Amino acid sequence: MSHRWGMVVDLDRCTGCEACVVACHAENNIPTVGPAEAARGRAMHWLRVERYWEGEFPDVRLKFRPVLCQQCNAAPCEPVCPTYASHHTEEGLNAQVYNRCIGTRYCANACSYNVRFFNFFNPVWEKPLHLQLNPDVSLREVGVMEKCTFCVQRIKAKTQQVKAENRELKDGELKPACAQSCPATAILFGDLNDPESQVSRLSRSSRGEKLLEELGTLPNITYLKGQAEA
Amino acid sequence: MTDSAQKMTEDLLRPLLVTSWRFYVVVLVLFGIVLLGVGAFAYQVDRGIGVWGLNWPVFWAFDITNFVFWIGISHAGTLISAILRLVNAGWRRPVTRCAEVITAFALMIGAMFPIVHLGRPWLFFWLMPYPTERQIWPNFRSPLVWDFFAISTYLTGSLLFLYLPTIPDFALVRDRTTGWRRKVYGALALGWRGTTRQWHRLESAMQIMAIAIIPVAVSVHTIVSFDFSMAIVPMWHSTIFGPYFVAGAIFSGIAALIIAMAALRKFLHLEAYLHPVHFENLGKLLLMMSLLWGYFVFAERLTTWYGNESSEMSVFWATQRGSYAPLYWTMVTVNFIVPVFILSFKKLRTVTGCVIASCGVVAGMWLERFLIIVPTLSHKYLSYSWGSYRPRIPEILLLIATFGAMGLLYVLFSKFVPIISIWELKVGEQPEIEDAEVTRDEASTLWRTNP
Repeated sequence: MSHRWGMVVDLDRCTGCEACVVACHAENNIPTVGPAEAARGRAMHWLRVERYWEGEFPDVRLKFRPVLCQQCNAAPCEPVCPTYASHHTEEGLNAQVYNRCIGTRYCANACSYNVRFFNFFNPVWEKPLHLQLNPDVSLREVGVMEKCTFCVQRIKAKTQQVKAENRELKDGELKPACAQSCPATAILFGDLNDPESQVSRLSRSSRGEKLLEELGTLPNITYLKGQAEA
Repeated sequence: MTDSAQKMTEDLLRPLLVTSWRFYVVVLVLFGIVLLGVGAFAYQVDRGIGVWGLNWPVFWAFDITNFVFWIGISHAGTLISAILRLVNAGWRRPVTRCAEVITAFALMIGAMFPIVHLGRPWLFFWLMPYPTERQIWPNFRSPLVWDFFAISTYLTGSLLFLYLPTIPDFALVRDRTTGWRRKVYGALALGWRGTTRQWHRLESAMQIMAIAIIPVAVSVHTIVSFDFSMAIVPMWHSTIFGPYFVAGAIFSGIAALIIAMAALRKFLHLEAYLHPVHFENLGKLLLMMSLLWGYFVFAERLTTWYGNESSEMSVFWATQRGSYAPLYWTMVTVNFIVPVFILSFKKLRTVTGCVIASCGVVAGMWLERFLIIVPTLSHKYLSYSWGSYRPRIPEILLLIATFGAMGLLYVLFSKFVPIISIWELKVGEQPEIEDAEVTRDEASTLWRTNP
């Protein structure tokens, strides 16, 4: 059976701890750019926790929304790339081929969610950070675009292992770094082609919504939000 | 007639044959400015695009503004001169070549930027379809690939359009010079003898090019506008962008032409050929385009405001009364208020008046492109990811260098090629042979006038 990878993020569970952000950086060899560059707006977080305040002071509520690539089925970033560096895989992922990217940055401008990041300089890892690089993930050089891959290296490894063991993938067996590290289990990952998987069931929930659904980008990520409270 | 033809030939060939020290100074200064830009580009290639002020989420700014701006300027030429030729406007004669040259050079400068702006500019050829063993083609759905085809078509067409009517003038220079000049211009003249047959062919070819270049020019700037309007991004995703960009391009093109003509008139002492009436007529065209531009802006702004769509309103207010408002209202002033005021009055439609209006329009049209790109990118949907932009020195140098390059190429061109079409002017001196059929034979005789 072919897969279609999807994610569910329960906003009522998210505590905004940003463990997912740290895990994502570590797993995917995402460089930190340092305070000066970060102040210029060059920080790279494939996954970010957006904070929004609701209500009037002093009755303020803080809301969190982890935002990562929505892995759209009708992705605005894909058709605009002149070299197919940004393209759609058979398993529904928006893949970015770093070696094919020439850095027009058009995909980032077309992306409605601003979840694409550009290597403005060659990345550096100060010692001893260079010792913790993940060997399964390629390093990106100056001038190329990068973004959340749904931890495609984990997807590849797990599906190959499952195939070698001649069995079906169990629901919840495969987790990207963000889902794995979330202490509140606000992030769930799975196969949307399996109607019984947890993500399939939850993405059909009445609490579910897509981010900027009105744009018609058909994201593979569903956000869950309580309906009782106003 | 012969006397005036002789004087004309002498006047217009003088810049080619006599070189003053001022020429070298101007060339050196302009070359220095271009070198600054080359240096900035080398620095950027060495370090990365990070030496510019770009950031997340403003991934395009000066680079694409320059691109759209210069492609816009290029509409001066070919389009205007093609239309004026087709309607057989007599006053076009001294103007057409000045305009066609702007097209060719502005296109070359503009077409650099899709390469300069790349994160990895050394791989620019991946934008082109070329045979490779991996059989990878560019993505034909991408407007950037459409740009490649549109611009290369337009550049080829406008170079031909510039070259064709220059052939008789090259032959004229060949016949009046000796040494290396005779050889070089002889090669460029392609064996022109001024026979009736040759005139006939030249005329047909120019007619074909004049008709063909108009749809190409319109399509080029429409496709440039598609770079923005194809993306579902607030204030970009608009059906008005195609004609809006084409109108803006012609608008800035006429302004550039007026400035270039005024400079030629002053520095090459062409007062006898570029009359105030030429500026007056171009000023009227500029006035019309200014009104058209104002109409487009009004139509775009009113529909956005009335529709009141929240993501678009963020961009709308950022330009209307937010942080980009000073730039926005400067643009409206120099693109609309000032030119309409100056050019509406015959008394103010002088050479100086037209040049003042044109300088404003050139600056304003650059701002217009900047204000289409940056406020939108810094105010896309999710307010958490809003940003801002501030240019840094390398991209400012690149912008200055584009003007330096335009000046340098223009000065060099007018040094080596008669900047006013001599044979067309001579034909124009004969009011009784304005009729195209007669023109051919008469032109033949006139062209031979070689006292």
